[in-house]
Amino acid sequence: MGDVSLDQAQDRHAATVAARRHFLTRFVIYGLLVIFAAIYLVPLLVVVLNSFRDQQEIARNGLISLPRSFRLEAWGQAWSTYCIGGTCEGMQRSFYNSLKMTIPATIISTVVGAMNGYILSKWRFKGSEALFTCMLLGVFIPGQISLMPWAFILGNLGLSNSTYGLIVIHVIQGISFTTLFCRNYYVSIPDDLIKAARIDGAGFWRIFRKIILPLSSPILIVTVIWQFTGIWNEYLFGVVFTSGQQQPITAALVALTASGTNVRAYDVMSAAVLIGALPPLLIYLFGGKYFVRGLTQGAIK
Amino acid sequence: MSTLTIRSLRKNYGAVEVLKGIDLEAQNGEFIALVGPSGCGKSTLLAMIAGLETVTSGEIRIDGRLVNSVAPKDRDIAMVFQSYALYPTMTVRENITFGMESRRVPKPQQDEAVKRVAAFLQIEPLLGRKPGQLSGGQRQRVAMGRALVRDPKLFLFDEPLSNLDAKLRVDMRTEIKKLHHRVGKTTVYVTHDQVEAMTLASRIAVMHQGSVQQFDEPATIYNRPANMFVAGFMGSPAMNFLPAELSEEGGRPTVVLPTADGKTASLPIVQALPSDTPRQLLLGIRPEHIYRFDPDLARRKPSIAQINAVVELVEPTGAETMAVLRLGAKEITGRFDPDGTPRMGETVTLGIDMARACLFDPTTQRLI
Repeated sequence: MGDVSLDQAQDRHAATVAARRHFLTRFVIYGLLVIFAAIYLVPLLVVVLNSFRDQQEIARNGLISLPRSFRLEAWGQAWSTYCIGGTCEGMQRSFYNSLKMTIPATIISTVVGAMNGYILSKWRFKGSEALFTCMLLGVFIPGQISLMPWAFILGNLGLSNSTYGLIVIHVIQGISFTTLFCRNYYVSIPDDLIKAARIDGAGFWRIFRKIILPLSSPILIVTVIWQFTGIWNEYLFGVVFTSGQQQPITAALVALTASGTNVRAYDVMSAAVLIGALPPLLIYLFGGKYFVRGLTQGAIK
Repeated sequence: MSTLTIRSLRKNYGAVEVLKGIDLEAQNGEFIALVGPSGCGKSTLLAMIAGLETVTSGEIRIDGRLVNSVAPKDRDIAMVFQSYALYPTMTVRENITFGMESRRVPKPQQDEAVKRVAAFLQIEPLLGRKPGQLSGGQRQRVAMGRALVRDPKLFLFDEPLSNLDAKLRVDMRTEIKKLHHRVGKTTVYVTHDQVEAMTLASRIAVMHQGSVQQFDEPATIYNRPANMFVAGFMGSPAMNFLPAELSEEGGRPTVVLPTADGKTASLPIVQALPSDTPRQLLLGIRPEHIYRFDPDLARRKPSIAQINAVVELVEPTGAETMAVLRLGAKEITGRFDPDGTPRMGETVTLGIDMARACLFDPTTQRLI
């Protein structure tokens, strides 16, 4: 009996030690996470705050400081009146340029990627694996390498300095990624479904529309998020192949920061940067929700 | 009239020969089981009948029509898959009507057909559900509904029961058999389970390494297996093979085997032997044809021969008891009634029913 109670006391002691250790580990983990989150969030916070501060106040109290005033004028200026390189219409034109470029390029590259993925996973043919490998190379080739060829192609197509030219580039550059995503997702859809549908008399398109597409929402949302943010944030092609009124927002933002000859308008710049960052952010916010929903459905089996 | 005729059908994947000249035929209304171990080519054969795999050479005829290069949808077949292959985003009703929609069957006719099949399979309450909300047995039933609604010439089943648990599998097996009786359509059924093949089929094709080893009625396959592969594959526990020597005793042919006590026993052969029978043979005995010897039994069955063996191991299963018995250097399995089970270590006198024994040529492995 004595032994048993001793054992119990020991067990209790061990349990307290374990609980304390568990608490300590949690504390360290959460502490580190909070620090890292702060490292990521503080710059954003500075920009957000500066976009509401007065230019003079920024000049007086420095870039990193709590706002003494709250005004929205910088946003208005950044959107419609601020002068960049001689034209005084703010970011709105380049914002629309970016939308005009990003939306069609995202849709087209996603649709093409889904088709490619469907064919490369469910309608394999001789050499389809080799073709897929070739398409994958596109994922690893940096954009800079294709600058010259693109200049040549756009020149010949008569699409230089136009949003259409950028759409062509982004569709083609993006197909590698969208194909990879969709193909790898469709591989997990059982082939028996396709076989059953073929016996049921459905053809290539009907199988795609009625069986593959309804199962695709998780991967299509991933692809759209990836493409949209990638194309929206792309800078190199935008700045090289367009100028002035044709520029997408990334190029215009850089032009804005470079254009100030006298005092740097940090308030307007902050607002402009945030305007430029808003669409991808919204896409993440809305798409992310559907993405998780799509994943939890686990609709395949 | 045969619904399905297959002649010297071959299939190669590159240099690999998967099917090596298959000949099969199914009469109208017949239930054919293709059975064999995994990798024997049975599923490939079924996929070729369905048109999901191309034909390398040979011919497939459905109802007399050569269908080698006819698309699956135009072959007048329906197929039930191992994974059921129900369309996950569609309801049960949509799953069943998908084929008719594809073929542009008018809507009232579709409703009629769904009603008929749903009543037949008792799945009316499930029509509005998605496959994800169904149990394994229900999915199986819906998959059959999807096949039935077509009213095809030929039903193809690809291991339809192997995803079900043991009890449900037996229930569904019975249901498939009933279904076939009521529908009466020609059916080709692929399975690796010899019990399924035995219970369901009107004829069984046992396949091994890309060729049909034997194509015959279940009783013949079981009692007179064409070769040692078929003998070993069909039946569980498997048939025992004992090396034996051909001899003669009192003018009658016998086989001589070593026994437990280091001596030999001579068992009379019941069947007539061809003149070119080799001296060295393999004696094949099914476990259920091994009895505990007693004079009563010998009186009832004159073909019973006596032999002594040592009991090495006893495995009771409830309904019957398996015993591992040592005969010379070989171990054999016997199937006994639980009441008369021998004990471990005991030397027993066995009665072997020589009328049911099979003799095999060890070089060709064929039945003599």
